Amino acid sequence: MIVDLRRFLERRRPLWEELDRRLRAVEADPFARIGLDDIRRLHDLYEQVAADLADARELAVRTEVRDHLEALVARAYALVYALEETPARFRPLRWLAAELPQAVRRRARAGVTAAAAFGAGVLLGGAALLADPSARSHLMPFDHLQLHPAERVLAEERQMRAGGDLAGEQAGSFAAMLLVNNVRVSLLAAALGMTFGAGTLALLLYNGVVLGAVCVDFVVAGQTAFLAGWLLPHGSVEIPAILLGGQAGLVLASALLGDGDRRRRVDRLAAAGPDILSLLGGAAVLLVWAAGLEAFLSQYHEPILPYGLKIAIGLMQTAGLAAWLAFGGRWAGRPAP
Amino acid sequence: MIHDGRWLEVETPEGVVFSLPLAGPVARFLAWQIDLAAIAAVATAIAYLTRWAWDLLPDTVAAVNYVAIFVVAAGYHMLLEWRWRGATIGKRALRLRVVDRRGLRLSPVQVVLRNLLRPVDQLPLFNLVGGVAMGLSRHAQRLGDLGANTVVVRVAPVPLPPVEHLTPPRYNSLRDRPHIEARLRRAVPPAAAVLAVRALLRRDEMDAAARVELFREMAAALRQWGALPPELTAGRSDEQIVRNVVDSYFRAPS
Repeated sequence: MIVDLRRFLERRRPLWEELDRRLRAVEADPFARIGLDDIRRLHDLYEQVAADLADARELAVRTEVRDHLEALVARAYALVYALEETPARFRPLRWLAAELPQAVRRRARAGVTAAAAFGAGVLLGGAALLADPSARSHLMPFDHLQLHPAERVLAEERQMRAGGDLAGEQAGSFAAMLLVNNVRVSLLAAALGMTFGAGTLALLLYNGVVLGAVCVDFVVAGQTAFLAGWLLPHGSVEIPAILLGGQAGLVLASALLGDGDRRRRVDRLAAAGPDILSLLGGAAVLLVWAAGLEAFLSQYHEPILPYGLKIAIGLMQTAGLAAWLAFGGRWAGRPAP
Repeated sequence: MIHDGRWLEVETPEGVVFSLPLAGPVARFLAWQIDLAAIAAVATAIAYLTRWAWDLLPDTVAAVNYVAIFVVAAGYHMLLEWRWRGATIGKRALRLRVVDRRGLRLSPVQVVLRNLLRPVDQLPLFNLVGGVAMGLSRHAQRLGDLGANTVVVRVAPVPLPPVEHLTPPRYNSLRDRPHIEARLRRAVPPAAAVLAVRALLRRDEMDAAARVELFREMAAALRQWGALPPELTAGRSDEQIVRNVVDSYFRAPS
């Protein structure tokens, strides 16, 4: 018990002031590197002030001195333990080649569920359009899809013959718009994992419905080659990207729900966090690639680009992507936690 | 420190417990408004800086603006919270900081995760989902905080009380009477002694008339409890008597 309050304050105050000074210096410059001697001194001061805080519980002026010491210890604690828990350095190439595919495979159940929800949406959308063609505008509520497929193909090919050059006019801004929009959809699919996955599944289903309706619309109109040539080059990358976003959302939902995992919710979320970020990072990378393809390849049709070539590019991409996700990082083993 | 809201209690590995005051919804909303203004300012600056190239490369400028503004809007909180140890411009202005639920500095994963989940908190309008989640959460956490295991705390500086007010300005005659000091320690209730200390520490915050009245009442009570002889209190102000008693009460016995 501290009996002599004044002596205690006078004796310990210089230490508190030194810790405060050192913390201020570090906090004022977040980019500063802290030397080993400074770290040692900070740690030493932190331990001494923490001990003072324990003693201060006995103080007569408990509230004032304790508040001061608590604020000081809280700042020092955050800094001292952060220095001990420095995160591993991010290596982009290793992440892309090994860690991302590993995360996709490690969370395969969530990936399969996301693909199933999207696939169910495709089937539903297609079936709905077949059952009720008049619902076209409701199933595909986008201006550029309102034209009849045959008319659209005619118009697009006529523009190509006339030397229409989208790349020279607005391909860049079009690609940027697609990129931003698709990244938003992927982020939302992941964030909706906080609705225990219901929002994620609904979003995937809805996107599937639109795609299914578009596919059936073009196939029924006899424009399958145009459809495949238009969608495959970018869709073979864009759709997996959105599925990765959905997979991230379902991983989040699984961590929230527990799903047979007996750890505490916060521990499950902490364990899932790196995989969620990896999956979203993967989605972002694929979407950058897809936006470029959509703006600079998908929008060019016959006679400028033969549909067969575009379909072949799309199929090769699909195979490459599948191989990357299936085999990437197998040689590296599991990354250290 | 006056704080009527909720607290986060943290126990360090050394077994020391400390509390952090949690930020309330109004302060967080205001900080968010400042951050939105900062994002808008950066977006405007980008548009202004790229304007010169518009006539030359309109499509490229439009694309750069589109992506850059999205990156700024999405990355602003992530970058600043990572580099500024949990703070943004708005949070700094309102003296708020995001910390790990254990009181530690944020990890990069936490920074990204809590901001990735922001779109859900913003549903349907004006952060309604996040606000409701904060109201229901024990630690005032929006969904992004719950997902990333983070909290937003207030970091207002807490100055050390002016200890010099505890020092008797003149010689403390009670020190010459150990038996009276012993009686004071025995007779004065600890709660009353603590009250006297706090009154001395906060004397400068009081209105002059109220201060005189408070110390008059305290001195009367201390005189009575300690049965102080008149020669020890004569010619001394009430505040001086309180200072002397506090000095004697908390001084280590020699």
